[in-house]
Amino acid sequence: MLSVKGIEKSFGGIKAVDASFLEVKEGGTVGVIGPNGAGKTTLFNIISGFDKPDNGAIVFNGENIEGKTSSEIARLGLVRTFQLSKALTKLTVVENMMLAPQVQQGERIWNVWLRPREVKRQEEENRERARTLLEFFGLLSMKDEYAGALSGGQKRLLEIARALMAEPKMLLLDEPFSGVNPTLTKKILKYMTELRDEGMTFLVIEHDMHIIMQLSDFIYVLNKGEVIASGEPEEVRNNERVLDAYLG
Amino acid sequence: MIEYIITVLLIAAIYAIFSLGLNLEWGFTGLINFGHVAFMAIGAYTTVLLNLNGVPLLPAVIAGMALAGLCGGLLGIPTLKLRADYLAIVTIGFAEILRFFLLNEGWLTRGPMGLHGYSRPFEDMIQGDYNFFLLLLVLIVLAVCYLMLEKLIKSPWGRVLKSIREDEDVPASLGKNVFSYKIQSLMLGSAIAGLAGSFLAFYLQYINPRNFMPMETFYAWIAVVLGGSGNNKGTILGAFILFSFFSGTRFAQGYIPLSSTQIGALRIMFIGLLLIVVMMFKPEGLLGKKEELTLMG
Repeated sequence: MLSVKGIEKSFGGIKAVDASFLEVKEGGTVGVIGPNGAGKTTLFNIISGFDKPDNGAIVFNGENIEGKTSSEIARLGLVRTFQLSKALTKLTVVENMMLAPQVQQGERIWNVWLRPREVKRQEEENRERARTLLEFFGLLSMKDEYAGALSGGQKRLLEIARALMAEPKMLLLDEPFSGVNPTLTKKILKYMTELRDEGMTFLVIEHDMHIIMQLSDFIYVLNKGEVIASGEPEEVRNNERVLDAYLG
Repeated sequence: MIEYIITVLLIAAIYAIFSLGLNLEWGFTGLINFGHVAFMAIGAYTTVLLNLNGVPLLPAVIAGMALAGLCGGLLGIPTLKLRADYLAIVTIGFAEILRFFLLNEGWLTRGPMGLHGYSRPFEDMIQGDYNFFLLLLVLIVLAVCYLMLEKLIKSPWGRVLKSIREDEDVPASLGKNVFSYKIQSLMLGSAIAGLAGSFLAFYLQYINPRNFMPMETFYAWIAVVLGGSGNNKGTILGAFILFSFFSGTRFAQGYIPLSSTQIGALRIMFIGLLLIVVMMFKPEGLLGKKEELTLMG
């Protein structure tokens, strides 16, 4: 579903990413691990169009996406979340959710003024879907609160729920467990498993080895921008280069 | 006295429309436009020049709005993909270039002599106080602008703008074309300024480049911030307070033993003081939402 080949990116002469190959199959959950500064987020930024690579090819669903803007990539169904969670704190929880659906009639000025009924009907549909998702993530009781009033963990849940609202084909999650307490971590893991069972494809960044081993069916290990190992969790766990990178 | 009050309200209402345009750009989208007055000037001069050349008022006003909106969009194209401060610099530069253009291209604008002799809406049909009629007309236009903007702000379109204001990475990550929305906001805000410009011309009956000094932009900023950024009612309230105060103090001239230049300076100082006091006790503005200021990520 997603394949990344020969991606290179340097910042001021320092190589941030030099990923020769990375692939995600449909319905799979692929983990990207690596110590801090390994270039995981940069890789994500490149895949999602927030950064431009110096070189390389990215193919999503049979379509070349390198050079496309972040919004174009999201519209193709590749939706990301952020490492520092980006809940829109000054919008309510439900407004955060309602922002996400693609092709909203009411996103065009003329439709708002001239076809209010159609806009309203679509809003109701989206609101209903938002309720269902918020319920799934246990946020329904907070729906009219400002997102800024949520706890760190709840903001993460909201971000994932919001990304799902965009009906992605594949989710890129950047450290979805960082700053989240153990109870909520379990919850997120449970939701992800449920979503995977429904056929969602994931690419997940994480630096906690244990969580990623539990979650993924394939793992890439990044260090200093390079993929130093890849394989099923068991293989990676026993790889010497990985242990070196982690334990130094 | 009644005539005087009508004039004060008329000026305030025209500038309230003008400020609503800025509030859309800054209050809801987070765009820093320091040259808002340019679009008012474009609206005014386009309407007047077309009318002087025989075009009826309604199409002339619409053309003024369209040209103002178009210029807003053109300024946005090179700047809106860059950091916020680029738009600020480019718009303030554009406003001054435009003013000097109006001042120097005498073949078109008659330069500092200005333009007059154009018609005003329904002028022949109104018996009695024309300004009173114009006030009613401006209030209707203000109400229509307000209602149309409120409708937009509460729509999915407005939701995207607010998300851009807070963090444009989020709408981008969800597939919204952020650049296009910023352009739309700037074009619509500029078109509204153009509309205000047409009505300013109707009120003044005579326009010249001095009506469009850079300070006018910042009066609109004061109105928006005073009333509460991102709140259309607040913006209208801010504009009425500010411009009633301006016109009201002109009245005081006979009673205070100061020259008119001194009173002018005192007025600005007082507005500054008012703004400081409001920011100290109600930093979100008179009608602003406190949450929008205090909630952080």
